[in-house]
Amino acid sequence: MKFERYGIGIAKGMRVTLRNLVRRRVTTQYPEQRLVVARRTRGNELVWDKEKCTGCATCAKTCPQGVIHIETSPGEENNYTVEKFEVDTGYCISCGLCVEACPYNALFMGYAFELAKYQRGALVLTRDQLEADGRIPSSYFRPELDETLPEQTLLIDRKE
Amino acid sequence: MELRTEPFVLNIGPVHPSTHGVFRMRATLDGEVVLDLDPVFGYLHRGIEKLAEERTYGGVIPLTDRLDYVASMTNNLAYVLTVEKLAGISVPERAEYLRVIMSELQRIAAHLVSVGSFFNDCGAYFTPFLYMYRERENICDLFDMVCGQRLLYNYMRIGGVSQDIPDEFMPALKRIIPHIRGRIDEYDQYLKENEILLARTKGVGILPRDLAINIGASGPVLRGSGMKWDIRKADPYSIYDRFEFDIPTGIQGDCYDRYRVRIEEMRQSLRILEQAVAQIPAGEVRADVPHLIRPPVGEAYAHVEAPTGEVGFHVVSDGSIAPYRCHIRAPSLMNLTALRDMIIGWKIQDLIVIFGSFAITMGEVDR
Amino acid sequence: MTAVDAAFSGAMRHLDAVPPDWPGNEWWHWLVFTVICIAFVLVMIIVVIYVERRGIAFFAARVGPNRTGPFGVLQAIADAIKVLLKENITPSNADKLVYWLAPAVVFAPTIMIFAVVPFQNGAMMADLNIGVLFVIAISSISTIGVFMAGWSSSNKYSLLGAMRNVAAVVSYEMPVVLSIAGVVLLAGSLSLNDIVLAQERVPFIVMQPLGFLLLFIGGCAEINRSPFDLMEADSELTAGFHTEYSGMKFAMFYLGEYGEAVVMSTIIATLFLGGWQGPVLPPWLWLIVKILIVFFTMVWTRATLPRVRIDQLMAFAWKFLFPLALINLLVTALEILAWPGDLPLYIIPLNFAITAALILLGSKLFKVGWGRVEV
Repeated sequence: MKFERYGIGIAKGMRVTLRNLVRRRVTTQYPEQRLVVARRTRGNELVWDKEKCTGCATCAKTCPQGVIHIETSPGEENNYTVEKFEVDTGYCISCGLCVEACPYNALFMGYAFELAKYQRGALVLTRDQLEADGRIPSSYFRPELDETLPEQTLLIDRKE
Repeated sequence: MELRTEPFVLNIGPVHPSTHGVFRMRATLDGEVVLDLDPVFGYLHRGIEKLAEERTYGGVIPLTDRLDYVASMTNNLAYVLTVEKLAGISVPERAEYLRVIMSELQRIAAHLVSVGSFFNDCGAYFTPFLYMYRERENICDLFDMVCGQRLLYNYMRIGGVSQDIPDEFMPALKRIIPHIRGRIDEYDQYLKENEILLARTKGVGILPRDLAINIGASGPVLRGSGMKWDIRKADPYSIYDRFEFDIPTGIQGDCYDRYRVRIEEMRQSLRILEQAVAQIPAGEVRADVPHLIRPPVGEAYAHVEAPTGEVGFHVVSDGSIAPYRCHIRAPSLMNLTALRDMIIGWKIQDLIVIFGSFAITMGEVDR
Repeated sequence: MTAVDAAFSGAMRHLDAVPPDWPGNEWWHWLVFTVICIAFVLVMIIVVIYVERRGIAFFAARVGPNRTGPFGVLQAIADAIKVLLKENITPSNADKLVYWLAPAVVFAPTIMIFAVVPFQNGAMMADLNIGVLFVIAISSISTIGVFMAGWSSSNKYSLLGAMRNVAAVVSYEMPVVLSIAGVVLLAGSLSLNDIVLAQERVPFIVMQPLGFLLLFIGGCAEINRSPFDLMEADSELTAGFHTEYSGMKFAMFYLGEYGEAVVMSTIIATLFLGGWQGPVLPPWLWLIVKILIVFFTMVWTRATLPRVRIDQLMAFAWKFLFPLALINLLVTALEILAWPGDLPLYIIPLNFAITAALILLGSKLFKVGWGRVEV
């Protein structure tokens, strides 16, 4: 093994590093600066539309982990009344198969991701939390929601 | 008077500073020289093959993501191809092109991770590692745009892909391809002729071609030893016979050759991407496949060229909604069987470099 | 008040005069300079840690610490406070006295060297007429401290790391000393102040480019900086001689590493870049600027280059740098014989040409390390 290239390889490398010294840093100082996530993000939660849901439990049957728990009872007019609808987000793997499976478009992936809790039991989304206002659905498998969400920040858009 | 020396055993524990996962090696050292190597793995075993027997055919796809977590798209593709072969489902044209685009983007991303970690093992203090990750960030943005996740995609479905690409995907991809090409050239200027890197990796850890073929190696490890074998050309799956690209090979099979093979493969992937972007038609992206699919009784094996090698799935069906048996051929595990022969005689710092040049992912090895 | 006034004005008067050799006539001369030396070293270490962390981060497209204090300048102090609050663990089999003394032996020489470094024309603690010899001798004491640390830890990996460290330092002493000898020949004196004054025309970096390269590379290797930092690197496994140290003793090793970096930068700045000379700014500020320039080059090489293997490190010192250092000394001596008095300036291109020729010739003949060993 000889000392090929007489040290020129090292010099070229140092020139490339010097050029990268003056380029823009790619770090985003969270939480003062935030990036906008993708429109189709499969966040850590689910958004449930109570009006459209009929209690068929296709989502619960499709879930590979079995995190959706549904209890129904017979209602008037030959349909189900949904009594209990709970999602255990601590065990959910955010695969999105439930959203694809729902035949009535009643289930959406959530857009928010800053949802850490202090206790594992608090990660279970009960019915009251699912029915609360202000939950933004993402447009995963629901392309009609694309216009309601802001545009994603791409790294290639940030100028050097 | 003779100096009495005795070899001692050094445990390179499951937790170690290289970024390759939980892999334990017990090396017998005589001073600095490695005399024997005893690999111990299984620290990441999660029972994926057993779990696959309890999920429906569609529900196994998120499990296959977690095998080689650095390159999820190709794992998804391998499983989906097997089930389609078993059930005789044909895939629409646009879905095939989308699969090729995603696979090649995934190959670039996985090779960036492998090469970056390799330089980290050689000792360059995180700088080339972070440069590679900065370029991979663009590809992760694209995947985020398509399927909503940055690492474990769950994008391929039996009969096509999950959903169509949004409108801003193609313009972004057309900007990213020349950007990555320029950056790979720049990092070549930085590292290809660096004397210290050449002294550390040239001639180190030579894998002879016969040994590579005998142990069933595949991927850049096999191609680095001079064997021109790529499943995309030897046994084309999907629509790979419509694209033209070369297969880069190394000369002697040392660590430097494997690194060069990965860089050249990235350039060939960019070529395939440009052709696919130019040729993609409009149309459906998902065939009409029932939700709980029951393939006919039988078995099938399909393989793809993943970034680490040949990933194969052997699925046995007994007519119900869950697979009867799903066996996974993990390329990293097959490549690792040559580790002991390659390392004996080198020093302990070469052990780190040689192990890094394999670029294995422990999720695949342990399943 | 008047006593302090008199002391202060006396110190200020002495900053311009040539001080007497050690021991001095006025008792406060050495006291003032002791304080200056210790303060200078500690402040420079904090500045240097900041430059290194931010520099490596900027090279790698990151930001580096910027939360503690404005722009992150207090990060080193935060680290020091954290380390002070940690528990000092002593291994049960350790040799207690040697174990406790080792960090001090490593750190103390870095401050002692500043006794002979000129901050201004004649402003130093002791203008020894053997200044360069003093510097080389004292900087070798840290190696004893390293070996004491490795031996007393009663851990076979620490001992291995310490032995490797001692072997590397001793190997790289030869090119370093020979390149300094070249400078001494040009300046005609061993006193550091005289060497700086001899660079009034041109700094010695242009007269002796090969000597500068040798001192820079050898200096990096002596202080265990990348690309020669295999003694304490993260992705190597034998964790080095300071494995068993924790708490403030570990902080002494950490400070000692950056202290040695400051010392090596100071030596290079004084011997090759012209010390305190410069047009507009005050001289001590020029010295600090030159130290930071040399240190920035060290950070640049650390961010860029991968690590060498141990046998490649030794081979590089003995087979490549040592013959080049000998030839450098021979050529310098021949030049001084051929042109007695001041060397003419047209020798500079000749020196650069000789440097390039020697590097090419050495690269052709030099074989890097061993290959595979038959087992």
